[in-house]
Amino acid sequence: MPLDTSLVRKQFKVIGTRVRRPDGIDKVTGRAKYGADAFAPGQLIGLVLRSPHAHARIKKIDISKAEKLQGVKAVITAADLPDLTGGDRGMRDILENCMARSKALYDGHAVAAVAAVDAHTAKQALKLIKIDYEVLPHVTDVDEALKPGAPLIHDDIFTDGIEPKPTKPSNFCKLAEYGHGDVEAGFKEADFVIEKSYKTEQTHQGYIEPHACLANVSPDGVAELWVTTQGPFVYRNHCAALLGLDANKLRVTASEIGGGFGGKTHVWAEPLALALSRKANRPVKLTMTRDEVFRATGPTSSASIDVKVGVKKDGTVTAAFAELRYQNGAFPFTWAEFGAMTAFACYDFKNVKTVSRDAVVNRPKCAAYRAPSAPIAAFAVESTMDMAAKAIGMDPIDFRIKNAAREGTKSSYGPVFGPIGIGPTLEAAKKHAHWNAPLGENQGRGMACGFWFNFGGQTCVDLNVTPDGSVTVALGTIDVGGSRASMALAVAEELGVAYEQVRCVVADTSSLGHNDMTDGSRGTFSSSMAAVDAARKAIHTMRERAAKIWEIPLDEVEWIDGQAKAVGEKHGNKAPLSIKEIAAQAANTGGPIAGHSEIVADGAGVSFATHICDAEVDPETGRTSIKRYTVIQDAGKAMHPSYVEGQYQGGAAQGIGWALNEEYIYGKDGRLQNAGFLDYRIPVCSDLPFIDTQILEIPNPNHPYGVRGVGETSIVPPLGAIGNAISNAAGVRLNHVPMSPPRVLKAIKDAR
Amino acid sequence: MRYESPATTKDAVALLAKEKGQAFVLAGGTDLLVKMKAGMLEPDLVVDIKRIKGMKEIKKTASGFSIGAAVPCAALKENAALVKTWPGVVEGASLIGSKQVQGRCTMAGNLCNASPAADSVPGLVAAGAKVVIAGPRGTRKLAVEDVPAGVGRTVLKKGEFISAIELPKKPARSGDAYLRFIPRTEMDIAVVSAGVSLTLDAKGVITAARVALGAVAPTVLLVKEAAKAIIGSKLDDEAKARLTAAASAAARPIDDKRGTKEFRIDVAGVLARRAAELAYARAGGK
Ligand SMILES: Cc1cc2nc3c(=O)[nH]c(=O)nc-3n(C[C@H](O)[C@H](O)[C@H](O)COP(=O)(O)OP(=O)(O)OC[C@H]3O[C@@H](n4cnc5c(N)ncnc54)[C@H](O)[C@@H]3O)c2cc1C
Repeated sequence: MPLDTSLVRKQFKVIGTRVRRPDGIDKVTGRAKYGADAFAPGQLIGLVLRSPHAHARIKKIDISKAEKLQGVKAVITAADLPDLTGGDRGMRDILENCMARSKALYDGHAVAAVAAVDAHTAKQALKLIKIDYEVLPHVTDVDEALKPGAPLIHDDIFTDGIEPKPTKPSNFCKLAEYGHGDVEAGFKEADFVIEKSYKTEQTHQGYIEPHACLANVSPDGVAELWVTTQGPFVYRNHCAALLGLDANKLRVTASEIGGGFGGKTHVWAEPLALALSRKANRPVKLTMTRDEVFRATGPTSSASIDVKVGVKKDGTVTAAFAELRYQNGAFPFTWAEFGAMTAFACYDFKNVKTVSRDAVVNRPKCAAYRAPSAPIAAFAVESTMDMAAKAIGMDPIDFRIKNAAREGTKSSYGPVFGPIGIGPTLEAAKKHAHWNAPLGENQGRGMACGFWFNFGGQTCVDLNVTPDGSVTVALGTIDVGGSRASMALAVAEELGVAYEQVRCVVADTSSLGHNDMTDGSRGTFSSSMAAVDAARKAIHTMRERAAKIWEIPLDEVEWIDGQAKAVGEKHGNKAPLSIKEIAAQAANTGGPIAGHSEIVADGAGVSFATHICDAEVDPETGRTSIKRYTVIQDAGKAMHPSYVEGQYQGGAAQGIGWALNEEYIYGKDGRLQNAGFLDYRIPVCSDLPFIDTQILEIPNPNHPYGVRGVGETSIVPPLGAIGNAISNAAGVRLNHVPMSPPRVLKAIKDAR
Repeated sequence: MRYESPATTKDAVALLAKEKGQAFVLAGGTDLLVKMKAGMLEPDLVVDIKRIKGMKEIKKTASGFSIGAAVPCAALKENAALVKTWPGVVEGASLIGSKQVQGRCTMAGNLCNASPAADSVPGLVAAGAKVVIAGPRGTRKLAVEDVPAGVGRTVLKKGEFISAIELPKKPARSGDAYLRFIPRTEMDIAVVSAGVSLTLDAKGVITAARVALGAVAPTVLLVKEAAKAIIGSKLDDEAKARLTAAASAAARPIDDKRGTKEFRIDVAGVLARRAAELAYARAGGK
């Protein structure tokens, strides 16, 4: 029975209500178990030794002294993780990132690890490991890395996307192009051409919970891993491949997660914990320090972007061009290409072109960060769009409405859009009280738009009706933003029972088929599709059971309001059968009642948002404070509006931090100087105004309830919205993020 | 590592003086314990001074206030007389950390940690505060600005520790204020800071002033030229401009992860002026 995803429901009973979250009590009382909260008898403490150099050849590692220290049970280096990747470049890069092989590629790159009876002993052991480094020239800036003659990070990267393929290796890992029309001709038609270059610094997801795991490998080759992760199945597949285990021998259980935002989609130290456990034959607990989290996990790219927009006096954009250069950290990826795809996606331009140049540098391997790459591109594009509106004296919202993409628009990255929300969010912004409110002294208002693709992917859900007629649901996409509540709502909606009658859990990797990670705003979209499917299958089974009990044909049994009903004149006197009653008789009617769903959740609807921001700039210090902030975003259908609002607010909060203060600061020596929350400044509570939200619902035709992912788009507009607000408050255009006080003050002084 | 919590100043001095390895005084521990945890310090001896009698008392004396070295900053804010007399000093101390940190951290610890950005120090320097130092040769007193010797270093000798901070009696028509610049609203380290204390005559003319700057040099700076710039004035625009220029001129900061040299020089002037305006108003000037 294929899942009918057609939008049949317009009226909902429980979808869209603000029910109490199932994990709330545990989380506020401290009972919830996170990555570092697991213990095993005889567990050892694992610690990682990291390179202090940005780029260095590892000539020799001497672990003999560390191994001899009393209490040390295992010391590992790359030699304990032989390359089993069989020519798969992606997997080999993951392996090399987990543990440096011939070269340390960034400050913080793991070079060895120990497991000892306690943390003190493990720390002593790290000091006893002697490494002979040959320090090499390094490069951390993307534009520098792309220059000929830059220090070469890998000798086997030959730029993808250039024909013929270069024969000389470089740091330039991929070239890509998107767009349509003829931009050169378009610029000739323009009354004004606005050109500007931008830079954004590297930021970290800043999840409060550091990476932590408990690995336990038994001598018979069976292993368990308890870990904080966005993707237990992906962690299983990767760890098993790197360690040479069959996937079924490694059971990964996801803990509660204290934030991930993309940073927990990659394995980092988990393979090391497993390798240590294997060597020591004891369980190993490994918890990163904050310093390690910053130096060796997760950040998003820093970038350098040129944008050119041609505009006619009537507001028509005649052509738009952007070249985007992003660094991917020490390993090749396509983060700039993501930027190139998203850059102009909000708009319907006749002539549009983007070129992306991806580079490797001596920094930690970049990971996804909430709508990865898009906020950076949007900062450059939305700033330039704002300048274009100013150049022709048009209101920035009207200007964007005039150029907004709509249903049927061929997007700048290729696909033709279905029903989308960019126009409606702009119209809503224009009507919003915030847009029309008065401003105080030194204050300015800005707005910006944002886009994210959203993703679906492989999903698997198990639903079981218990003998007492309540319902359990096992999910494989971990709950990072409240999806357990949303899945329970979907199942309750389908079965026609109360929300409280459904309990969802996140299952381990041995209990369900493969699920993709909770990323790409896919968790609620794809899992609810599978949950609806599983519930409908369970309903089918329950109808069969009722038919059997009643001894009537299946097609004379309907499922209405949580009960089986016999339909037709002749069954008029049959009392309906509730789930409870059907479940009670399961043993006699065919056994336990369940519903399974295994799908590829296609058709994730694209997502758009418009943000409005009021900033106040102190003209004497360059300090910016955000006075008012409004997020307007299309959710398709908000299954649990409070969680949707939470996603809108969370993305905006992270965007505000990124826009104003967050940045990786490297010294000339290539070492990260601010690997801690004191000097890597994420906003604290008092830095933020209440973030107002408005949910629009333009249904996604590919989902049974019209749901679109909502988790990521909210971080896309803030950088541009704040840059535009600052420009209106202080009369200066910032082209370098973060727009920290020294940069803003300098811009103000330069303008005087 | 040994941990000791002596009951008397004498015992504390003896312990510190006798130790052959690395000995550290423990007050609130909000610097010391953090550094130990990070592996930056590995003391052989830690001497906790919180059990020593009188160390947690704020006393009003004939010559002003005497604040025990283990008084947590949260207690300063609860002392109405102190807040009324030296609002700028209390302001600086109250900015340290968070509620949790406030319950532990001390001004003496802030001073002895010897960070150029220490928040309670410019206010103390502007106020003309002194420290009482206990040591193997008895006690001695020193102006607060003379305690730090450089980043992370003090002039205290082996066996010595600060037992109290003394604030002078405040003349009539005086006011003080402390301001710091941080990019966030809290939980941050001063990028630049300024403490100002001044006294007016009956007509509102400034007769005495002390201006201190933080985070613009290896140690806190007492800027005499900045004080001179406003003494004899009613803090009119010209005096303010002179003060701003003098403070900026005295600043000799570095470029680092927290701010640029240029930024610190500019903002030092701005904060000195703003702190002076606040102090002037508090002194009753109009
Ligand atoms: C989360 C957090 C936020 C912070 N925010 C700020 C801030 O905003 N502004 C700021 O200025 N600081 C801040 N700090 C740093 C710290 O809290 C302050 O410097 C505090 O005043 C230190 O006082 P303490 O009593 O805890 O010192 P301790 O840690 O006990 O001691 C600090 C140093 O001084 C020595 N010492 C202590 N007392 C004496 C004494 N009586 N005689 C001689 N030596 C002594 C110790 O041996 C040690 O070397 C912060 C710290 C944390 C953890």
